[in-house]
Amino acid sequence: MLAAEDVSFGYDARPVLNGVSVSVPAGGLVGVLGPNGSGKTTLLKLLAGLLPPSRGRITLDGADIASVDRRTMARRVAVVPQETELAFDYSVLDIVLMGRYPHLRTFELEGPNDLDIARRTLAATGTTHLEQRTFRTLSGGEKQRVVIASALAQFETDVANPSDPHGPPDRDPSHTRVLLLDEPTSSLDLSFQLATAALVQTLNRTHATTVVVCTHDLNFAAGLCHDLVVLRDGRVIAAGPTETVLTPDTIGAVYDVEADVRRHPITGHLTVVPLARL
Amino acid sequence: MPDTTATLSDRRPATAGSLRRRVWAVQIGFGLLAVVTCVVAPLIGPTSISLSRVFDGTIPFAENVDAQIFFIARLPRAIAGALVGASLAAAGVVLQALLRNPLATPFTLGVSAGASLGAMLVITLGVPLTVLGSAAVPLASFAGALGALAIVYFLATMRRQGLSTLVLLLAGVTLNSLFSAIILFVQYLADPAQTLQSVRWVMGNLDVGSYRPILWGLAPIGLSFVAFARLPRALNLLTMGADSAATRGIDVLRTQRLAFLSASLATGAAVAVGGPIGFIGIIVPHLVRLLVGADHRLVLPASIGLGAAFLVICDVAARTLLSPMELPVGVITAMLGGPFFLWLLVRNR
Repeated sequence: MLAAEDVSFGYDARPVLNGVSVSVPAGGLVGVLGPNGSGKTTLLKLLAGLLPPSRGRITLDGADIASVDRRTMARRVAVVPQETELAFDYSVLDIVLMGRYPHLRTFELEGPNDLDIARRTLAATGTTHLEQRTFRTLSGGEKQRVVIASALAQFETDVANPSDPHGPPDRDPSHTRVLLLDEPTSSLDLSFQLATAALVQTLNRTHATTVVVCTHDLNFAAGLCHDLVVLRDGRVIAAGPTETVLTPDTIGAVYDVEADVRRHPITGHLTVVPLARL
Repeated sequence: MPDTTATLSDRRPATAGSLRRRVWAVQIGFGLLAVVTCVVAPLIGPTSISLSRVFDGTIPFAENVDAQIFFIARLPRAIAGALVGASLAAAGVVLQALLRNPLATPFTLGVSAGASLGAMLVITLGVPLTVLGSAAVPLASFAGALGALAIVYFLATMRRQGLSTLVLLLAGVTLNSLFSAIILFVQYLADPAQTLQSVRWVMGNLDVGSYRPILWGLAPIGLSFVAFARLPRALNLLTMGADSAATRGIDVLRTQRLAFLSASLATGAAVAVGGPIGFIGIIVPHLVRLLVGADHRLVLPASIGLGAAFLVICDVAARTLLSPMELPVGVITAMLGGPFFLWLLVRNR
């Protein structure tokens, strides 16, 4: 379980998060919603250990992550940023192998095992055919999948290999593996948005990866996430199962927008249609 | 636009074993290139000498003119060139990765301007020359380099936790123009002979005269290279951005600190030995990336070897092209490097 316990944070004394508590159970798929500037990305950075909370603590399976060394942390928690820009031109395989960093000693080169893992994460994200391409020549959607593959390659157990005896975390619930995604659909077209949702769902179900996803896209979250956390001005406004959180009242309170929320007859998910600004 | 790096990178290794082989091949190949260049370069010059006579053990050294020319007159200069070239090329690689900017050079962060100011003050004020002898100029330039390094580092770390690469870049560029202005001001006041001498120094000169300056330079440069050896994989990850690197288990601050300090130290020492010889630190890393791809485990050793060989060859050109007149080596590297740099600039658009 990954949890934020009464966490506060501010940049240069400007508070961004104020007493935020969030808990992500092992195997969970949690969406973090909220308007621009509500603190979603900051919360994600705190959960990833990139920023230290000014108050409260972040725990991973009960241990304060401030006391977890960064390599161990990297084998348990991986981040897919909104966009990845490279200063130099690496191949897709290079990028995925970079996920193996926390497993290698200073002068160690990637071995056959690392290569196998990289290839399996490429397969799991549907990017095997891109292996020899240079990262810069990929489309936005392809880049994102490759970065997800690289993130999966970080985990200490081989998530992309269901037959790995050490793999599935349901056999080892004390070792949560968390994938944190920041706005995964913001720069993607409709088709890639659906593909991303499907991929995240598969990773969560088949590969038993715990997922936290920050998003603006209410319908993306509604179709994907088991639970939602809704932030406004650095505070948690609502949290709980998607069905109970995603209501016209919550949306009104967070976005100042009147919305119609109903179950879609075909998808079976809640669907949000914004109607007017309040 | 055809992307040459793409086509070359497409031949990247598909198996882990071949990465190991490539690392070895690059280290041995580019290392040999540097060594061979250092051995061949001293054979070239106004007095032609033969390699077999140089290493002919049957002739005592005192009577072997070829060996004397080789070991006393020309080899120190070749070794100095190799050391300076290797340092500047490696520092260029490290700083480009640190700043995530392919156009960064070892001189971007103000270290060379500090070195130039130090050297010029000693040349112009004249006095310490008699105190410390011929070592005063390199010592002063090394001190100037360390001073600039300290100022830039202090500025980049004072504002917030961590090391801001943006402040690093801005402080370096500002310090460069500030020091250049001071240099111009002092030159304006100095007498023409001293100005000429300091202008000559800025053009770069590898005629070190003996092995002593090389030995002095070896300590800081060796220290930097030990640090460089630890950096390549972390530099690969830094090119994805600091946060991405951090979430993959890199100690970003430590890596940035090590990269900045070691690259600056190597640059300072190289400039103290050979003067601020431009363009090595940008042409060589980019040439190497075209040859071996972007992986710093290949780029760094290859740049060290190619940087050494490239500067030694440029220096041979500098002392033989218009022989007996000698051209400043910085002019040769800049005349080769300038157009190349412009081509890169256009190509990156």
